[in-house]
Amino acid sequence: MARITLEHLRHAYGPNPKSPSDYSLKEVHHEWNDGGAYALLGPSGCGKTTLLNIISGLLQPSEGKILFDGKDVTNLSTQERNIAQVFQFPVIYDTMTVYDNLAFPLRNRKVPENEVDRRVTEILDMIGLADRAKKKARGLTADQKQKISLGRGLVRNDVSAILFDEPLTVIDPHMKWVLRSQLKRLHKQFGFTMVYVTHDQTEALTFADKVVVMYDGEIVQIGTPAELFEKPKHTFVGYFIGSPGMNVLPAKIDGSAVDLGDGSVSLGFAPKIAAGARTELGIRPEFVRLGREGMPVSITKVEDIGRQKIVRASFAGRPLAIVVHEDGEIPADPKITFDPSAINIYANSWRVGGEG
Amino acid sequence: MEKTWNNKAWFMVLPVLVLVAFSAVIPLMTVVNYSVQDTFGNNEFFWAGTDWFTDVLESDRFWDALTRNLIFSAIILAIEIPLGILIALNMPKKGLGVPFCLVFMSLPLLIPWNVVGTIWQVFGRVDIGLLGYTLAALGIPYNYVNNVFDAWITLIVMDIWHWTSLVVLLCYAGLVSIPDAYYQAASIDGASRWAVFRYIQLPKMKRVLLIAFLLRFMDSFMIYTEPFVVTGGGPGNATTFLSIDLVKTAIGQFDLGPAAALSIIYFLIILLLSWIFYTVMTNSDAEN
Repeated sequence: MARITLEHLRHAYGPNPKSPSDYSLKEVHHEWNDGGAYALLGPSGCGKTTLLNIISGLLQPSEGKILFDGKDVTNLSTQERNIAQVFQFPVIYDTMTVYDNLAFPLRNRKVPENEVDRRVTEILDMIGLADRAKKKARGLTADQKQKISLGRGLVRNDVSAILFDEPLTVIDPHMKWVLRSQLKRLHKQFGFTMVYVTHDQTEALTFADKVVVMYDGEIVQIGTPAELFEKPKHTFVGYFIGSPGMNVLPAKIDGSAVDLGDGSVSLGFAPKIAAGARTELGIRPEFVRLGREGMPVSITKVEDIGRQKIVRASFAGRPLAIVVHEDGEIPADPKITFDPSAINIYANSWRVGGEG
Repeated sequence: MEKTWNNKAWFMVLPVLVLVAFSAVIPLMTVVNYSVQDTFGNNEFFWAGTDWFTDVLESDRFWDALTRNLIFSAIILAIEIPLGILIALNMPKKGLGVPFCLVFMSLPLLIPWNVVGTIWQVFGRVDIGLLGYTLAALGIPYNYVNNVFDAWITLIVMDIWHWTSLVVLLCYAGLVSIPDAYYQAASIDGASRWAVFRYIQLPKMKRVLLIAFLLRFMDSFMIYTEPFVVTGGGPGNATTFLSIDLVKTAIGQFDLGPAAALSIIYFLIILLLSWIFYTVMTNSDAEN
């Protein structure tokens, strides 16, 4: 178990990076608390896996340092860092039995055989493969193989951290849920520091205490699921988290008044905005009220998704999503109002706020 | 849906049948024909039954040649397979070195077999050959023309030089198909270099190794051109393999009957051994 500090990390795959766009990972400066469960969330190609491989030591960062509990491990190998990592696609040792696969990381570290047996039996029960322990791993299905990969990540109990690189991609949806809960339980039980990479927001939000959202090689926000939902620091976080994502509308801001083209709202504060910045208003579809008063919109489509309806509308020439309760009424002459406490203001895509 | 049955469809196979008949079946049947008859020319044939087969199987000449063949194949397999794996493991996986290595490795395979023989025939000559002359100058007695051991060494080294590349290329193809994640996982699991080879690389190379093993076995068991050019089967009969013996019988002595019988026995041995190797290797693969 360890506290992991990332000091001014940057990474470029090509040699001699010059401009910021040469870096796959722009400056990351962050600390992962001992025993925390973190999710690294972001779209494909945003640098999540790069960051993970740097932490595990499979990749050397171009710049910056990594510290485990204050000790510099930047130049140490994966083995010396004592990290466990689970990959996106199952990696199993074909010729070994399921049992031997799980015992492999322990035997390589000369763990006494009775201890190996105890750990492996425990993991076998957890991943539900106890009845296949003596079978060759080759004959298993993809999700059983991935469970073995997961098991190999969890079998050592002295690791500094366990890293997961989209580990549930190949697993069936219902099994995903089961495994995720088991991981969460394990985390509570043993207090491993866990970092979980995913591009699936549900997975990130249910697994982690803290979600780290990455975009284009940068960490754009670190926060609890609630913070990410209510106060996205960057319009990208607004889009990426939530279904449908946050509505972002171009806005002219004058003091505490916001001009949206087809209407205006007033804020309870006057955001400080640098001159010439591109300003936008962000509001989650859940906080847009549809009724007979307010600013006029025209409705283009209504999607019924069960307990809610998503109303697709056009406001000031821009698409706008509104979430309405399933019995919610959709008036003939629709108008909208925004919940004032749920309005976020963005200057050049970054949030500016009166309160934090 | 109703299936249409029409026996005329068999005519579709006819062209292939004719081709195969001319290229394989008819020549093979000619050999079978010679092997059970005796002829003194003039197109006169007399029934000989299994006499030629008995003759061949009772002759020391056959068993000696067969033993030489088996020893030769065993030696070159024991050297070429591990050596090929070793070279493949050390070849670069990316970068400029890859095309260089691949071309370099393919070169011996592109040389016609009798040219390979000629190269080594000249190379090993004591009077003008680089190898033979150098060894002689160093005071090492070496002469593949009159020393049995030297003749064998020359043939084995030549075969290794010629054919290890094939094993290397096949193994390399197997190695580059292993995803990086396997090596990453192994490094995280704390696997030693040997464990990586034993549990990741070797299992992934198993199929190509089977092919390499079979090809090298069959080719080495049928080897003809190179020893024919280098040693001509000598000194004495020391490097007379079955194929060389067969040509001596058929063309040198014009004993068509025994030669035909020998051909068939030779063919059956290769078929049988290849089948045994294949079955043993695929069975060990399929267990569990």
